[in-house]
Amino acid sequence: MATSATLSRTSAFFREVIADTPTDPHLEACLQCGTCGGSCPSGPDMDHTPRTLFAMIAAGMREPVLRSNTPWYCVSCYACVERCPQDIHITDVMYTLKRLAIKAGYASQSSAARAPGFSQTFIDHVENYGRSFELGLITRYYLRHRPLDALKVAPIGMGLLKRRRLDLSPRPIRQLDQLKAILERAREIDNAKSA
Amino acid sequence: MRYGYYPGCSLERNASAYHTSLMAVAERLGVEFAEVDDWNCCGATEFIAVNRLRAYALASRNLALAADQARSTNGADPAQLVAPCSACFLNLSKVDRYLEDSPALAADVNAALAAGGLHYEAGSLRIRHLLDVIVNDVGYEQIAARVNSPLRGMRIAPYYGCLIVRPGFRERFDDPEYPTSLDKLMRVLGAQVVDFPLKTHCCGGHMTQISRDVALELIRRLLKNAADYQADMIVTLCPMCQLNLDAFQESVNEQFGTNYRIPILFFTQLMGLAFGLSPAAVGIGKEFIDARPALAKIGAAAEPAAPAPKRKPRRSDQGLPLPQMPEEEQP
Ligand code: SF4
Ligand code: SF4
Repeated sequence: MATSATLSRTSAFFREVIADTPTDPHLEACLQCGTCGGSCPSGPDMDHTPRTLFAMIAAGMREPVLRSNTPWYCVSCYACVERCPQDIHITDVMYTLKRLAIKAGYASQSSAARAPGFSQTFIDHVENYGRSFELGLITRYYLRHRPLDALKVAPIGMGLLKRRRLDLSPRPIRQLDQLKAILERAREIDNAKSA
Repeated sequence: MRYGYYPGCSLERNASAYHTSLMAVAERLGVEFAEVDDWNCCGATEFIAVNRLRAYALASRNLALAADQARSTNGADPAQLVAPCSACFLNLSKVDRYLEDSPALAADVNAALAAGGLHYEAGSLRIRHLLDVIVNDVGYEQIAARVNSPLRGMRIAPYYGCLIVRPGFRERFDDPEYPTSLDKLMRVLGAQVVDFPLKTHCCGGHMTQISRDVALELIRRLLKNAADYQADMIVTLCPMCQLNLDAFQESVNEQFGTNYRIPILFFTQLMGLAFGLSPAAVGIGKEFIDARPALAKIGAAAEPAAPAPKRKPRRSDQGLPLPQMPEEEQP
């Protein structure tokens, strides 16, 4: 584990990112070696590779970072985390950047504007049923966020239905009230902290 | 052998073939998978992107339920919880690890769980992926003893995808860059395993919903790699990988003018077939790319191993000495 910082920790944005990540991601130890970007399946399609993004965070470039598609193009494959010589929790930082981008209202303006809508639709379903209900999820996501693309996915949806790989109605968990109470309390605790 | 079992949302419907085949195989092997009562979604890769504490609380409810259930049914300590989906496995083990690493996070999560009358102590469960349990607890020998219809003649590309061995939030059971446990398992079933250099590359995850072009390219690479090595099928251990490679294979063909017809099956389906179960009993028929033509090859005379695809040497072969892969042990 690296102990000495190689990236500057002084920018307010850098500290914001660290504070919002569940365990310390050691981001200040980034060597700018580029192993992450080189290992990343989405690297070529990202506005900035993870390495560049981390330099931008250290430089306090809040808005360009939160507007970039990079966090949304991260598919959580952990290839970078596996190979990073400094054990930096890269995937967790990407999740933090997604949350900050949503909060700042930038997420819907990035070139990956679809991602937050998809995540939110997914979450709504889990909060309402306790499990993900794929047909409802797909239908609602496309009708609400991408009506014009609905036809493109229709054959796959039909294929899943035909093979009985989609439920026509949600199957909620039994103790939904318990789950809702837990999630509500988590929301309160989170809000109290960020207030 | 008895394990707590967390099927995850995909196995309820979209990947029901995985669940059906696992149950059939488990019965033959004498392993019991006791489903966690009233489990909820693990959060996939979506929840954490929007809210941090709610994501941890969501996953932790499952851990609390599983630990309680294990305590009330047997005394094994720590109780073992098995997830067949790579993403569920990752989320549950990551949350367990982070709750241990960060007492502050654990306190917040438990304050949230208390609203539902639950509590979870990090480390009270040993969370494992199904493949780990099958190859390391049941073991190749036990499995070999059940094989009565070996998959001779079948050329299989073993696909691990992400997450089961990386980044290793808890124990690792295989090499993160070049795992071989699934390869060995398939050989034990009598199949021929082809080299599959992209075996741990990403299937795209939820990218099919975010950027179709990016996702289709990732899927295309995997299909091409398996086709280059003349695999009859790709075998997988994750419902997301199965869905992406199977349901989007036609879309890849449209996008790139290719003509791939590579069936994507779960490893438990092949175990079932090798144990003499019928295709219907292991959920064959739910796949988009029909597996039957490939399965018809079972029992046909084994073809000689095809050589690796030829490449033009990029430079002279007088390069730097490269590290050698260790000789792979044969089961
Ligand atoms: S691999 Fe790690 S150290 Fe290297 S640039 Fe990426 S985050 Fe920094
Ligand atoms: S976890 Fe995200 S950033 Fe890291 S290699 Fe995978 S897609 Fe790229």
